[in-house]
Amino acid sequence: MNSATLAEWSNAAVYASMVTLTFSLIAFAINFSARGQRGVARQSASVSVSAGGAGVTPADEERRTIPADDLRGRRAGNIGLALAWLAFGLLLMGATLRGIWAGRVPWGNMYEYSLSSGVAILGVYLVWSLRRDLRWLGLPIVGATLLTLGLAVTVLYTEAAQLVPALKSWWLVIHVSAAAICGGAFTFAASTAGLYLWRDRAERKDRVRGAVANLPAAAKLDLLTYRVLAFAFPLWTFAVIAGAIWAENAWGRYWGWDPKETWAFITWVIYAGYLHARSTAGWRGRRAAYIAILGWAAFLINYFGVNLFVNSLHSYAGV
Amino acid sequence: MGETKKAMSSPPLSPPAQPTTSPAPAPPPLGPGGFLRWMWRQLTSMRIALILLFCLAVAAIPGSVLPQRGIDPVLVNAWISDAPTWGPVLDRLGFFDVYAAPWFAAIYLLLFISVIGCVLPRTMHHIRALRTNPPPAPRRLTRMKEYRQFQLATSADEVLGNVEAQLRSRRWRVSRGGDLEQGWVAAEKGYARETGNLVFHAALIVLLIAVSYGSLFGWRGNVIVREGGGFSNTLTQYDAWGAGRMVSPDALDPFSITLTDFQVEFDRDSTQRGSPLLFEADVIVAPEPGEPTFTDVIRVNEPLSLGGAKVFLVGHGYAPQVIIRDADGRVVYDDNTIVLPQDGNQTSTGVMKAPDALPQLGFQALFLPTAAVDAVRGPHSTFPDTDDPAMFISAWIGDLGLDDGIPQSVYRLETDAMTQIGLRAIRPGEVWQLPDGVGSVEFGEIQRWASFQIAHDPGKEPALIAAGAALVGLMLSLFVKRRRVWIRATTGVDGDTVVEVAALARHDETDLTDDVDAAVAAAEGRDR
Ligand code: HEM
Repeated sequence: MNSATLAEWSNAAVYASMVTLTFSLIAFAINFSARGQRGVARQSASVSVSAGGAGVTPADEERRTIPADDLRGRRAGNIGLALAWLAFGLLLMGATLRGIWAGRVPWGNMYEYSLSSGVAILGVYLVWSLRRDLRWLGLPIVGATLLTLGLAVTVLYTEAAQLVPALKSWWLVIHVSAAAICGGAFTFAASTAGLYLWRDRAERKDRVRGAVANLPAAAKLDLLTYRVLAFAFPLWTFAVIAGAIWAENAWGRYWGWDPKETWAFITWVIYAGYLHARSTAGWRGRRAAYIAILGWAAFLINYFGVNLFVNSLHSYAGV
Repeated sequence: MGETKKAMSSPPLSPPAQPTTSPAPAPPPLGPGGFLRWMWRQLTSMRIALILLFCLAVAAIPGSVLPQRGIDPVLVNAWISDAPTWGPVLDRLGFFDVYAAPWFAAIYLLLFISVIGCVLPRTMHHIRALRTNPPPAPRRLTRMKEYRQFQLATSADEVLGNVEAQLRSRRWRVSRGGDLEQGWVAAEKGYARETGNLVFHAALIVLLIAVSYGSLFGWRGNVIVREGGGFSNTLTQYDAWGAGRMVSPDALDPFSITLTDFQVEFDRDSTQRGSPLLFEADVIVAPEPGEPTFTDVIRVNEPLSLGGAKVFLVGHGYAPQVIIRDADGRVVYDDNTIVLPQDGNQTSTGVMKAPDALPQLGFQALFLPTAAVDAVRGPHSTFPDTDDPAMFISAWIGDLGLDDGIPQSVYRLETDAMTQIGLRAIRPGEVWQLPDGVGSVEFGEIQRWASFQIAHDPGKEPALIAAGAALVGLMLSLFVKRRRVWIRATTGVDGDTVVEVAALARHDETDLTDDVDAAVAAAEGRDR
């Protein structure tokens, strides 16, 4: 295969992934808006527990109590998840082919980094969904991935080029892959934090109806946000340290308050604030959720704002 | 929940200051001593730590938006002169040197005092907790997060013996009490969580100290070296030098470096045409005068280490040879003149001064490695390599102003006392006869130069170790779960033993089913 076809195949895989994601998004939207599906499911589960020993499995019970409308919603969720896996595979292929074409890791410019971010956002979500039912989270996650890829192919697209010498380092590979995974996790946590705020308000007003009823209970959403951030915060800490080691090797100083470094620091401090807030009276719950979203905003500012608008040593956007 | 809370707040599961359940702040008490103590308690509370963290995040923002002296002093000056009202005010307030500003320092110093005030008592408390046994089971176990009750045919003593042995072998801290009729086992695990948390916070303090130490005892210098040229590590040889307060410039390591060859290669055929693919400086190094030398290659991510210092390759440019003759044909200037790049394609500017000519001659040069001229940008370079080099020279005659005793930059021509006599583009090998026979300018061969940053930061290894310790502590603090289990065994009326198993964790999110399963299995004498 010559290099031009490699590039074409990479682009084709990315576009195919985006088309798949669009269908996945539709499926998740149907799942999300299907009426009362979760409430019924939980009811039936509690019934089967209290009637334990009657020889009825929860699954039987569910099938009997869930109306057709909700079954459709569940099926749509399954389809959405399957399509998301397919899109993930295609995107991974697109990024890999791009890397082979360029003969290096696929994050030499913002287009490639956005592909990797898409892989990371979907990856964190899909891996986590192996452990528990996360179909309700599919809509924001797939939405965020599509948005990232959309920006990548329209605004950020660049032909592959070599890395400038400052970017040729193993620390770059470690630093950037850790940061990309963190980006996926931060996106995940911001989604669950946002859904938490929505669900929490509904619970307080005692109006858990419609789509919001499909979400897990507010306490669960809060816990899930914490779990993801408890995983991402040490990883982000590590990414920042790796970045400092790389900077020391390339520029002779490990920390220089360059805008990119500054925003990495701000992001870190905000998430440290989140972890503190969760154990401070009066800051748990809603305020902590706002902080989680704020941290994600800082991450985005670092990713888009600094790369595109600020003159920084790290501005290697290539657009 | 009342009793649960009480059980949780009894030592050693929680820190002494009770930061997790602290109510709204009480008003300050009267009297100076009371007030100081109140202040201190406020400063070391979780709430204030949280607020200070946010202040730190917000205070860091302006430094990423406004230009900073430490990074780009030229841009700072331009910014201030563009904004005559706001510029000087912001400057006075330290907004162009945010990370050295007193208000920025105040925030992080308060934060670190707060950390110390928080970590010290918690450390004492934790050490005590590590030495004491878990407290006895509370009377009512039914209210715990996890609770199970069942009956066994074995005696209470045997049940508790099994549990104790099992939990100890699983490295729980165990205490046991009661009598043969009714006894209990209390066990606790996950002390590493608090240890890790303390290590993390302490490591942050060490990190701050290491960074400060590095900036007090570290130094850095920049130097430009032409191919074939060299430099030695003394203050006078550097083009720019900065050092911490505790550095004595006389005590620098006396190494010297010669640049034998400098290779660059540029991307020629992608959209990022002109971006560098390779920088490589071949050098000969003399670690000390009179010692044997060795050769080395310095690349962008591969600095040269020399004693405590590191030599980094940070930039490159051109040094065209210019030969200037006066009216008599005498050579008054012959040098590979360093020109400084102004853009990514190495459009470069430089200056030649010939004070020995009579009258004195001065030249401003625009060097273009790949020359092009258009109506909008004027003469400029379209590619950083020497594909089609040319030099645009502006010639001046008069007084260079060198005899006034005021030091002049070698990159600037003071034209106040001079008149321009001509402007011309010449190519390598060409000679430009200046008007009125005052002399000539010859463009010889082109050399490259490389610029190096030499940095010595004695704080960076301690900083790295502190950062690593912080990371390890953080992971322990986040991934280890602190929890307790209690097992009570009571001999029932029918001779069976009623066993109660309960568990509680310090954090709501902890899943305790595994621990309870293990305790139940141990009570039953099974090995799970
Ligand atoms: C430089 C500033 C600080 C940073 C970056 C920081 C960061 C962190 C982080 C990331 C955690 C999460 C670990 C965990 O949840 O176990 C944490 C926990 C904690 N921090 Fe800090 N902290 C700082 C200052 C302080 C101060 C000043 C105090 C004292 C008031 C404090 C008290 C605590 C406590 C008690 C915990 C444990 C909370 C828990 O286990 O739920 N920290 N800190």
